Amino acid sequence: MTDSLNQLTAAIKAGKRKDARAATAEALDAGLSPQSVLDALTAGMNDVGKRFKANELFVPEVLVAARAMQKSMDLLEPVLIASGIEPAHSIVIGTVEGDLHDIGKNLVMMMLKGANFKVIDLGVNVSAETFSQAIEEHKPDVVALSALLTTTMPAMESIVQHLSKSGAAVKIMIGGAPITEEFANQIGADGFSPDAASAVELAQQLCA
Amino acid sequence: MTPKQRIRAAIDHQQPDKLPIDFGSSFITGIHCSVVEQLRDHYKLEKRLVKICEPYQMLGEVEEDLLDAMRLDVQPIFPQRTIFGFPNENWKPWTTPWGQEVLVSEHFKTTNDKAGNVYIYPQGDTDAPASGHMPKTSYFFDTIERIDPDFDEDELDLEDNLEEFGPMSKEEEAYWVAQTEIWRGSDRAISVHLNGTCLGDVALVPAPFLTNPKGVRGVADWYMLTADEPDFLKKLFDRQAEIALQNMAKLHQIAGDLIDVVVVCGTDFGTQNSQFCSESSMRDIWLPRYKQINDWIHNNTNWRTFKHTCGAVEPLIETLIDSGFDILNPVQCSADGMDPQGLKDNYGDRITFWGGGVNTQQTVPFGTPEQVRKEVLSRCEIFAPGGGFVFNAIHNVQACTPIENVIAMVEAVHEYNGDK
Repeated sequence: MTDSLNQLTAAIKAGKRKDARAATAEALDAGLSPQSVLDALTAGMNDVGKRFKANELFVPEVLVAARAMQKSMDLLEPVLIASGIEPAHSIVIGTVEGDLHDIGKNLVMMMLKGANFKVIDLGVNVSAETFSQAIEEHKPDVVALSALLTTTMPAMESIVQHLSKSGAAVKIMIGGAPITEEFANQIGADGFSPDAASAVELAQQLCA
Repeated sequence: MTPKQRIRAAIDHQQPDKLPIDFGSSFITGIHCSVVEQLRDHYKLEKRLVKICEPYQMLGEVEEDLLDAMRLDVQPIFPQRTIFGFPNENWKPWTTPWGQEVLVSEHFKTTNDKAGNVYIYPQGDTDAPASGHMPKTSYFFDTIERIDPDFDEDELDLEDNLEEFGPMSKEEEAYWVAQTEIWRGSDRAISVHLNGTCLGDVALVPAPFLTNPKGVRGVADWYMLTADEPDFLKKLFDRQAEIALQNMAKLHQIAGDLIDVVVVCGTDFGTQNSQFCSESSMRDIWLPRYKQINDWIHNNTNWRTFKHTCGAVEPLIETLIDSGFDILNPVQCSADGMDPQGLKDNYGDRITFWGGGVNTQQTVPFGTPEQVRKEVLSRCEIFAPGGGFVFNAIHNVQACTPIENVIAMVEAVHEYNGDK
């Protein structure tokens, strides 16, 4: 019975999207609990995250693993919803106003999904008001801001200030190529992560 | 030494009379148009609108009077067509979202949405879907991924991703003939971007120059090919190299040794703290094709080959050297493993560092002029001895960079050279 779960974990680790879908279908058809299928999926992504952080895997391998995860989730998600199983934590994520770059943001998003976060993606070029509205609507635990350009770092700062002033009970984490720990402290963010795998660890800490 | 001799000495690891300097010779060593305007003011040059030589990153042309004022050593000949697929000709004024009036090609066609975001069109064709987007508060365009609705990741067709590669057009040939006439006899080194030798640059994958691109045009989809479909990439790069060799022969026939430096490829292999692929993948997928291109150049021309890759690429430098590259840019010293002294010690006699001069993510945009000066002097002292170094910032000088920091950067190199 657990063969299909092992196959699912292995398929995600190897980025085999068709195998991941087939193993998920097999596990669900066999009546395995949706939670056990979810656990197999997160085990796969967790391993990918660890190896990415250790520079044993690179962005392309993470992307194919995430795509395999998504193929599994396409089948699993409706079953999870029907069973009332919801992620314990949620996060609103977006690339800040003026910035259209989303490869890094999307990687973080995929890794968070793989760690069973509910992720609300606001896309790119996101204003402070849009972040505020999303926070009000979704009541996330964490909001994550991304920027690639030095010219949009000031927008990141003003969004953090806007959210802090609004008094929303949400932790703010930031990241992106020119972003540093020092900048995060300077603008009053709650945390910074240098890569997608660390972003998951940071989000988990901020939710604890 | 003339600037040309100075550049050639530096690239060939001989001690030049002065450390050579480049700003504006390529689309990865350039200056944002807003900064070019301020530089022209600083040097009290003739008041005129800055020409947008590269509309994607909104780079301003560093014209000859500014090259002279900044004492720069490299003269570019830009490609016949921009990244949005139109020639830069018949300049017209255009006001940017930040209120700067600049000169753009007559084919630079844009529309604005209600929010003030700007959209630009491939080949100036406003009937085609827009291929670039500049948010109202931005200073650059970014490409729009136009995914073919019929695209099927299980049915990849090589020809779809080869559409943009072909023999040099008569129009481009005439352009090179004219440019060669103009620049023959220049005492500056001449740098050009080769057409079609970029193997998998994600800035070009979405094909912002094509009206209706087909095939793999999403950046994430493209990255996944490295992991999923290496044979597809190898076949594609083989075909690209085959076409490029013919075009390089044609270019050499026209321009010959007027050209000193050819920018071969801008594909980024590094992130801030890692790489986009393993060394073994790079050796398998990229190295043989790069080597074919670079070997042809070295066997048939006097050109030197320039490779751009951002990020933490120290683990790949040996592979780049084995691929036949003479020059590495932008030498992102702030990325993991890219310590300047380590780079100079381990690779400095085998590859020329064109860049690495100062951090454009932190020091130049956010530091003080004195911090900029100190960092520049330190980099010059590490990288310059024995040649193998051309001063340039780490990538383009970005918008919103304080002009006093840009001046401090340039003056620090002159100070190092004993020219201040």
